[in-house]
Amino acid sequence: MSQSYNRGLIEDFGRWKEFSAGMWAWIFHKFTGWMLIGYLFTHIAVLSTSIGASSESTAVIQAENDVYTTTLQGLEGLFLIRLLEIGLLAVAVFHILNGLRLLMVDLGIGLESQDKSFYASLLLTGAITVASVPTFMTEVGI
Amino acid sequence: MSTQQAEPESQEAPEDPAMKGAESPAADEQNGGGMVDEHAEKAAELEGETVHIKVFRYDPEVEGKQEPRFDDFHVPFEKGMTVLDSVMYARDEYDSSLTFRHSCRQAVCGSDAFFVNGKQRLGCKTQISDLEQPVRIEPLPHQEVVKDLVVDMDHFYDQMHTVEPYFQDEDTPPVDDLEEQRQSQENREKIKMSSRCIWCGACMSSCNIAAGDNEYLGPAAINKAYKFAMDDREGEEIKEHRLRILEQEHGVWRCQTQFSCTEVCPKDIPLTEHIQELKREAVKKNLKFW
Ligand code: HEM
Ligand code: SF4
Ligand code: FES
Repeated sequence: MSQSYNRGLIEDFGRWKEFSAGMWAWIFHKFTGWMLIGYLFTHIAVLSTSIGASSESTAVIQAENDVYTTTLQGLEGLFLIRLLEIGLLAVAVFHILNGLRLLMVDLGIGLESQDKSFYASLLLTGAITVASVPTFMTEVGI
Repeated sequence: MSTQQAEPESQEAPEDPAMKGAESPAADEQNGGGMVDEHAEKAAELEGETVHIKVFRYDPEVEGKQEPRFDDFHVPFEKGMTVLDSVMYARDEYDSSLTFRHSCRQAVCGSDAFFVNGKQRLGCKTQISDLEQPVRIEPLPHQEVVKDLVVDMDHFYDQMHTVEPYFQDEDTPPVDDLEEQRQSQENREKIKMSSRCIWCGACMSSCNIAAGDNEYLGPAAINKAYKFAMDDREGEEIKEHRLRILEQEHGVWRCQTQFSCTEVCPKDIPLTEHIQELKREAVKKNLKFW
């Protein structure tokens, strides 16, 4: 071949409207997996800063004046944190449901319905997320 | 539009169909802006229903085509018209330099896989009436374009040959002992779908892993290996040998079950299913219980 033309990655995100179910499932699974890793480290950071509570006296802890309680109450008082918690639940639920779907795919079960099981994971994630809103949003901002 | 066609001597009559319904930026430049309206008029002259196709053009050897572009063609619609029919009409009636591969026109030879409206499809198996217009026809993604819709298939063929796509036996018996190698009906059914591959390359082009990893065997080659690995007539040793090729770093484990290949395969081969089955075979082969 004397000369040819390399068009690079044609199916980039500019063509997202043309992606099929399996492709979306893959993208969401990567995304949610790495979000969970991100949360894990944030979680460790928050807990390790507030762990100083263990050296406080019982009286301070009972008065809810220790670092642990004040940090967590401070965070939970923020509307943004409540929103992020709902997001975390959605991300975790989707990852688990689609993860189960992928395990089925690995076992060779129901491969012809892989698109339907992806849509089912999405719907169930949506339903569980919406159902969780009242729980997450109680007494926010007080 | 090629240079020859724009030259007056190649136009036999004023009613030259070569200009009818074809629009291309290069032709406009060559003929001056005044031609634009005439083009539109001529497109309207085509009687009856027409289909609007936008075809990817590129030719490193022709000046003015080195920069890829899209040419518009308005092709008279006929019931049962396929995407391949439409580009053939455009080539025969408007621009003989329009280049693409085709042969059987019945989904057998595998030479006319294109990227049609954002999906890998076989030109001769895709009804144009099923598509939204204008129909965008491009060469297969992730393969280098040689000219217009023609892509370089060498890499695809290399991957196909890596899996040794031919029947093998441990050793060929002496001529006198040669006998018919029978296959059970069940076994034939098992490999039936995998044997339908026509080497069109649509699956490989649709695979986002293959696009990022040039060494990945790809769905077609793995499916080809499946056909032989699952064939009972090949011995155990040969099957092990095949699995050793498949379980390499750039073999079956690269597949992330996006199902893109299965979606586009014009022969409806359950590619992902076959890849997954080979993954399980590879695991079984390596599992040891002490
Ligand atoms: C019941 C819970 C879970 C299930 C069923 C599950 C399932 C899966 C499966 C099947 C995969 C492989 C995807 C593939 O084949 O491409 C995967 C990938 C992954 N998971 Fe999970 N998972 C779970 C929980 C978690 C948690 C808690 C985290 C993070 C702390 C996590 C992070 C990831 C990451 C980072 C990946 C890899 C994504 C990539 O390939 O780049 N998962 N998960
Ligand atoms: S597996 Fe299907 S898409 Fe892939 S080369 Fe064969 S026929 Fe074409
Ligand atoms: S022309 Fe042979 S497969 Fe389409």
